[in-house]
Amino acid sequence: MRHAELGIEVETLPSAVPAFGASVGADGLHALCEAARSKNARLVALWGSDETGRAGGYALHLALGFRSGLLWLSVPLSASDPRYPGIADIFPAANRMQRATADLLGIRPLEGADGRKWLRHGAWPEDAFPLRKQFKTSERFAQSEDRYPFVRVEGEGVHEIPVGPVHAGTIEPGHFRFSIVGEKILRLEERLGYKHKGIEKRFESMTLAEGAKLAGRVSGDSTVAYAWAYAMAVEGATGTEPSARALALRGIFLELERIANHLGDLGYLGNDVALAFGFFQFWRLKEELLRLQGRLFGHRYLMDVVVPGGVARDLSQSDSDALLAGLDRIEAEVATLKSIYDEHAGAQDRFIMTGQVTTELAARMGLTGFAARASGIERDLRIDYPMTPYRQLEPRIASHIRGDVAARVSVRFEELFESARLIRALAAQLPTGEIRAPVPGAAPGRRGVGWIEGWRGDVLIALETADANGIHRLHAHDPSWQNWPLLERAVMGNIVPDFPLINKSFNLSYSGQDL
Amino acid sequence: MYQLLKQIAKAGIVTEPAPLPDAELQRMEQRFGEAILKHFGRALAIRHVDAGSCNGCELEIHAMNGPHYNLERLGVKFVASPRHADMLLVTGPVSRNMEVALRRTYDATPDPKLVVAIGDCGCTGGIFGESYASCGRVSNVIPVDVAVPGCPPAPVAIMQGILTAIVSTKKA
Repeated sequence: MRHAELGIEVETLPSAVPAFGASVGADGLHALCEAARSKNARLVALWGSDETGRAGGYALHLALGFRSGLLWLSVPLSASDPRYPGIADIFPAANRMQRATADLLGIRPLEGADGRKWLRHGAWPEDAFPLRKQFKTSERFAQSEDRYPFVRVEGEGVHEIPVGPVHAGTIEPGHFRFSIVGEKILRLEERLGYKHKGIEKRFESMTLAEGAKLAGRVSGDSTVAYAWAYAMAVEGATGTEPSARALALRGIFLELERIANHLGDLGYLGNDVALAFGFFQFWRLKEELLRLQGRLFGHRYLMDVVVPGGVARDLSQSDSDALLAGLDRIEAEVATLKSIYDEHAGAQDRFIMTGQVTTELAARMGLTGFAARASGIERDLRIDYPMTPYRQLEPRIASHIRGDVAARVSVRFEELFESARLIRALAAQLPTGEIRAPVPGAAPGRRGVGWIEGWRGDVLIALETADANGIHRLHAHDPSWQNWPLLERAVMGNIVPDFPLINKSFNLSYSGQDL
Repeated sequence: MYQLLKQIAKAGIVTEPAPLPDAELQRMEQRFGEAILKHFGRALAIRHVDAGSCNGCELEIHAMNGPHYNLERLGVKFVASPRHADMLLVTGPVSRNMEVALRRTYDATPDPKLVVAIGDCGCTGGIFGESYASCGRVSNVIPVDVAVPGCPPAPVAIMQGILTAIVSTKKA
């Protein structure tokens, strides 16, 4: 069939979201990406794969988000010269993804692209490529010296503050290099990859059934989103249809995850402006929710409750009543806390016009998730590609135009209330039926796509199966890839003490990006 | 302001009693008496190091500082520098990219020091195991006194792990 926006020949990929697959030669990639950009497509993910054992050579893969759905574009590359024209000039978010692909597979953009390493550091040498099939999982290398060319800012009075990887608080590890004058931030350069623990290589040694647990641990705070995306990919590749009841329960779990994370971050946002009251109040509510989840579903963070074929935990009528009663209590208190935040002059003074990302910048750089919605970009997979169970619920989008900390706080509050509404609606008309369908085996070379609007943004799982229900290649993509570069921009011109506040207003995942 | 004070009064104090130490977490069998709680009265400075977790364990460490558990009331405080710390609370399988940073953090912590490894990954390498990018369990990189399993371990289990490390060593 023909692609709605690009007009190229595409095949339909079996998935709960509209997804298409196509192949393009390396010489046609740049023009195709320009055409995609002109149709307002965004880059969802970029990764590579080793095809030397099958078609010969390597492949570059892009996931592009169009109005019509997701387009999985594959670019075959030769074994002797696996290079392609870089696309970071069209989609700036591609920069770090291209560098990660070079580190892991030796697939590189042609001249002119940023050639610095990204995920590699000193754990493996420049000429070893962990995601190549010939790279043995047992291989170990001595730590080599890790040099990284940060951009130096020159000028009178400019000095640097290096922070991390071990941070002052309970935060994931990463390095931030601030160039400042006085208290004003001229430039922030991030260096991530400290948590790279070989997740994608690990997947390739697992069966489709085993991979579910690992998918739920790519980024622990988004375990439901990842587990659902993984399940959706496996279900697409195997032709499995989860029951309506299972899908409704997944919806409840995903919205609970959204509420729990927004509660925690709203508390920390209070803390970061010296309103410790906010921290203790929101964390009291979050703990109540976690305990309820632990009691009803067997895990405080809902890990492993979403599985390929359906869900692992059911919700009885009495448990449903308990869940909704708990939710009512929490929501009523959040409403009170919102009015306290709104009227707190000190907090608002710190929130408003701090860490701003304008709509133009957000669109140009590819900002995603609730942060994009706070910058006036009204995208939400639950609304844009309505699938069961969201189709019948008509979720309302939460958005703002100012793109500052206050806007992100406002969107988080709105989403929290909307998620509570969705959970109530889902629980009120929970379909009857089995919660878990059997998952048949998959032939090798089958593709599956999972694309889920997690609390932070859209999580993508792109899967290709191998022999014996194995995994040939799995790319897990966190929205943090897109949003980290915007944090660098959001802090410019702000003062150093506002960095923790701006950072927390996004609360990006290190683990999800580092893989 | 009235609304804020009203909310504080309405919420009251939700902090719960501190847990007792869990003998199962100890390598050696030992009997604990009533006197154990007095150890919690001591001030203990902790430096948390995420050496490669999925960030699930961090969620529970945050929760431990929330009002239900309120770790600080027990004299246990998280500090910003290893140089101020008595104990390192380490999460995750140790990624190869964090190996050097973890060793340096350990070396920067003054003796006597304690190390508590948190979570299944900290205990065994967990689902990530050992690979070109992962050193596996924390004790593969630095000496560990107590390891708290769980994915992630609940706040009470982490508190028990901290307590167990304090009472099970002469170092403290």
